[in-house]
Amino acid sequence: MAMKTPAGRGANMRGGHGRAKKGTMGRLLAMLIKNNKKLLSVIVVCLFISSVTGVMSSLFLNNILTKLSEGLELLPPSGNLTTAEAWNTILPDLMKIFITMICVYVAGIIASFIYTRLMATLTQTFLHQIRTSMFNKMQFYPIRFFDTNKTGDIMSVYTNDTDALRQLVSQSIPSLLTATISVITLLILMFSFSIWLSLVIFLGIFVMSMVTKSVGGNSAKYFMRQQNSLGKEEGYIQEMMRGQKVIKVFCHEEESIEGFDEKNEQLCEDSRKAHMFANILMPIMGNLGNLLYVLIAFVGGLLVVLGARNLTITGFQEYNPTAFLVTIMSFLPISKQFTAQISQTSQQLNSIVMGLAGASRIFELMDHDPETDNGYVTLVRCRIAEDGTITECEERTGHWAWKHPHKADGTITYTELKGDIQMFDVDFGYVPEKIVLHDINLYANPGQKIAFVGATGAGKTTITNLINRFYDIADGKIRYDGININKIKKADLRRSLGIVLQDTNLFTGTVMENIRYGRLSASDEDCIAAAKLAYADDFIRRLPDGYNTMLTSDGANLSQGQRQLLSIARAAVKDAPVMILDEATSSIDTRTEALVQKGTDRLMEGRTVFVIAHRLSTVQNSDVIMVLEYGNIIERGSHEELIAKRGKYYQLYTGAFELE
Amino acid sequence: MKRKQKNKTSAGFIPLIKTLGGSIREYKKASILTPLFVMVEVVLECLIPYIMTLLLGTISYISGTNQNSDPLIEKIVIFLSHGAAEPNLLLVILQFGLGLIFTAFVSLLCGARSGKYCATASSGFAKNLRKDIYSRIQGFSFSNIDKFSTASLVTRLTTDVTNVEMSYMMIIRTAIRAPFMLIFSLIMAFTINAQMALIFLCTSPILAIGLYFIMTKAIPFFNRIFHKYDAMNESVEENVRGMRVVKSYVREDYEMEKFEKASSSVKEDFVKAEKLIALNTPLMNFCVYFGIIAIYIVGSILIIKSNQSLLQLTELQSFMTYSFQILMSLMMVSMIMVMVIMSYASAQRICEVLNEKSSILSPENAVTEVKDGSVEFDNVNFKYSEKAENYALSDINLKIESGETVGIIGATGSSKTSLVQLIPRLYDVNEGSVKVAGVDVRNYDLEVLRNAVAMVLQKNVLFSGTIKENMRWGDKNATDEEIMHACKLAQADEFIQGFPDKYDTYIEQGGVNVSGGQKQRLCIARALLKKPKILILDDSTSAVDTKTDALIRQALRSYMPETTKIIIAQRIASVQEADKILIMDGGTITAMGKHEDLIKNNAIYKELYYSQNKEAK
Repeated sequence: MAMKTPAGRGANMRGGHGRAKKGTMGRLLAMLIKNNKKLLSVIVVCLFISSVTGVMSSLFLNNILTKLSEGLELLPPSGNLTTAEAWNTILPDLMKIFITMICVYVAGIIASFIYTRLMATLTQTFLHQIRTSMFNKMQFYPIRFFDTNKTGDIMSVYTNDTDALRQLVSQSIPSLLTATISVITLLILMFSFSIWLSLVIFLGIFVMSMVTKSVGGNSAKYFMRQQNSLGKEEGYIQEMMRGQKVIKVFCHEEESIEGFDEKNEQLCEDSRKAHMFANILMPIMGNLGNLLYVLIAFVGGLLVVLGARNLTITGFQEYNPTAFLVTIMSFLPISKQFTAQISQTSQQLNSIVMGLAGASRIFELMDHDPETDNGYVTLVRCRIAEDGTITECEERTGHWAWKHPHKADGTITYTELKGDIQMFDVDFGYVPEKIVLHDINLYANPGQKIAFVGATGAGKTTITNLINRFYDIADGKIRYDGININKIKKADLRRSLGIVLQDTNLFTGTVMENIRYGRLSASDEDCIAAAKLAYADDFIRRLPDGYNTMLTSDGANLSQGQRQLLSIARAAVKDAPVMILDEATSSIDTRTEALVQKGTDRLMEGRTVFVIAHRLSTVQNSDVIMVLEYGNIIERGSHEELIAKRGKYYQLYTGAFELE
Repeated sequence: MKRKQKNKTSAGFIPLIKTLGGSIREYKKASILTPLFVMVEVVLECLIPYIMTLLLGTISYISGTNQNSDPLIEKIVIFLSHGAAEPNLLLVILQFGLGLIFTAFVSLLCGARSGKYCATASSGFAKNLRKDIYSRIQGFSFSNIDKFSTASLVTRLTTDVTNVEMSYMMIIRTAIRAPFMLIFSLIMAFTINAQMALIFLCTSPILAIGLYFIMTKAIPFFNRIFHKYDAMNESVEENVRGMRVVKSYVREDYEMEKFEKASSSVKEDFVKAEKLIALNTPLMNFCVYFGIIAIYIVGSILIIKSNQSLLQLTELQSFMTYSFQILMSLMMVSMIMVMVIMSYASAQRICEVLNEKSSILSPENAVTEVKDGSVEFDNVNFKYSEKAENYALSDINLKIESGETVGIIGATGSSKTSLVQLIPRLYDVNEGSVKVAGVDVRNYDLEVLRNAVAMVLQKNVLFSGTIKENMRWGDKNATDEEIMHACKLAQADEFIQGFPDKYDTYIEQGGVNVSGGQKQRLCIARALLKKPKILILDDSTSAVDTKTDALIRQALRSYMPETTKIIIAQRIASVQEADKILIMDGGTITAMGKHEDLIKNNAIYKELYYSQNKEAK
């Protein structure tokens, strides 16, 4: 839909691949929690059990080592028991420890079994929630949104940003949770072992967080740049792939590769730097952990040698080098675990930064205002008595009426749907500063065929955009069957209009499904009849599976003309009292066009038709032809009248004036 | 649709690696250095806890808490005391400390090096891969292009390559690191105590079987999911592009329902596949935890029963450090596995492109000169795919002299475009032959042929860049005067001069800032710059008004009399003066002749003529 979008008509959605807005994490978590309370609480509990289990291993080691050294005390040289006796002495206590261990580990394994599986459900459920929420909200955005944002940019939110979010939710968040739980438990454990050694750990944490900040910050910066150059390269590829056939025809392959190489080199460079910083972070953290490990052993050894007393949260311990040594031995794996947790968490930094940036764009997409609709006049099926009174009814009668409740006195009036459209002094601009339509007055009575001609940018399509309220007028009035269209509910207004657009858009599905898109309740026979009317039946029957042929990629396997015929059939099956044909037959040869026109004319007998066409032969038989120039109607009248007038239309017709 | 068919012929693992491996090239050095540095790093990293054990042993030996120490520690103490009779504990510890710091530092350096090389290797590999895919696509013929959709080619070049890049990074670094660490930790564990280390070995078959089971189940699952996922995203794109249709038909609810279905089905499948992969973690935990318990039990017995002569207290501690290392490396293995599973589908899709053979290539000993602009179709039959039932063109016999103007008229879908596409050999005929200057087009060098045959496509594209840059597509070395001349012929000069930046006006992507008629004239000018022997205009003036259309034809006639001109048009006026007019219907030429003959003898032509010239009559 970019065809009618001069650059700068609206703000681009992607103002650059910036960092995440503040509060994104909070909003994300709030959303995650709000919709998945039960699942999350089970996950958190299981995650807790499983993290604590991992930490407990160190505690067990300490207990076992203590028991064993007690056992060893009983042996020569310090004791005098035989090995068997010593073993039997400590066995009951050891057994207790082993049994606790087995219980804890089994619980841990079960917990991790549960939480990993639930995590899969949670991640995918959440992504599904995000996707559908985005999609559903997007359905109600005004056309302006789609005109001012590139399809590629919107798509990238659904693909790239959602993928980044997936990483964040499925890996980073649980990893952060695990790390937090483990770190807290480990800290408690460490304090209970030795405060001296814990202080050394704190020193380590400080250094590690500084390193993460500087190296990780660099890495995050380059990851953002990488995303940016990836976007640029993607844009280039997209453009080239769409023009691939032109490239072939002009033997322009070499140049196209050269252009690609340039973007590719840039991407490679940014990606190299981003990954370099990320990759370096891991060994730095790992070895800082190792150094810390050494430092602890060193300090610990020193403390033992110097005869220091151990300090724990319960206070100073008695002087006991053996016990202190055992404490150091158990402390070392804890420190290892601790630093491993921290360095693992630092690895998540990039995922977090990118995931949050993605989430931020997802929220941005979800935060646009929906189309405003203050209409209260609705379209209802009705029965019309002989005296002209209209009564509302449920069944199909072939008659429709506007149901108009009056707020002032609470009465309801019914107006028959006829397709009478009037415009009074309508002004309009896509942006307030630039008015593109001036003082448009128009009276279209049921049964009339109204045509618009004029150069590109004269405002032909804009007028139709106002009738179906894709855009709202700045000034003036549009009445439909005498009712101000602002009072009509948008959905009902659009239901009463059949529109065939210049750019045909077909959907993945069978030919039959595509025609039925016009009216979901239409039977196969209705669809075939519409296809016959649009002169599409003929070619559809020649397709491999006839009406059941699958169309993919916007009907790529059909010619442009055939796609137009299908979209006319789609509008025909809708059977609306007003039809708008916007360059609907531009790619159809004139002979076929004449046949199609015969069909639509029969269909639209007694109804209102608006025609926009480039080819004057298309509009020749209209009741009124309006010539538009720079947003003004400069001539109006029938073909004969306008020819006789010898004005702009005459010039166009005789080819003395160019339509561009 | 395109992808579904192809994935049935998924390539084997080895050819896949071979195809992708071809893109490493100049990054081989970095790709080899990475694992080498990783190995050194891992060795040093594993040595640290071992040295720690020695340190603790030494401390307890010197401080006298343990007398039955092993001979190694005694030797170390003697060595570090530098011959002093009474070992100085502080000095020993200090030396140990320095040694450890040195080890950690070297390990850090190696780690950083490997990280750097790894980044170079993986991003370089990705670059080459993208380049290879892109170049391959550039070599595609029209029928190759038709086979892949634009969207799928873009995904392959971006997302799929990124997936493979991540895997590659994992493989040369982590996949070396993890098993190496595993093996080294095991070796260290063995040196401490073989019996206990055996316990780890016992758990490995359970692990291997489990992992194999998960892998084989998950890979096909993921392949299927990615197709669904793509289809879902394609439907979003369709929805965004077709939003005017959606809103015109008030189909918001219908679209939402459709998407909800697609999205939930993707969700369901993903959950199933990820649940399978999720089995990884508990399986690992099971093996490691029960390994640890077994080690504690066996270790306790050994220590007490032998009174530390077979196993020491400190050794049990370092044994635990190794078991944590083993646990970590197993976790890494599982991460790699997930990554490889996920990127396997991507790798396959990349290989599909890399292995796709261009269906149209220049022959050996190709003819390198196109002598004149004559064209001959000799009993040509053509269809777009081997599987298609109906021929798009059948029994085409046609002779065009050099310099002639030929008009082609026919209904929507009558294969007019198919006919002319055979001349620059955009597609190959199935039967018969197409000759240019008396030589079969299949015998020409492709570039020579296509430079001699300029074709303005129906679905035309301008590229982002200035007008001049776009024009130079036709002739790289064209001077500004030549460009202006071509634009004058195509009646484009006038409106270009009206732009503020004239020939330096920037054309936006897809040419959205010029009107349809302007675009068409620019495309004609671009083709004229090639100074072709044959010029084909495929409905190229449909958005141009009749008068300008006539001026273009007149310019072509007077300035390019030698060039053969083939014009497909909807308007009779566009072909009226041609030397020959073909009328096509259902893939055959139903009539051929001059305007005067056809108007007399051909009903369709007559009808068309009068319907378009009602007033002129």
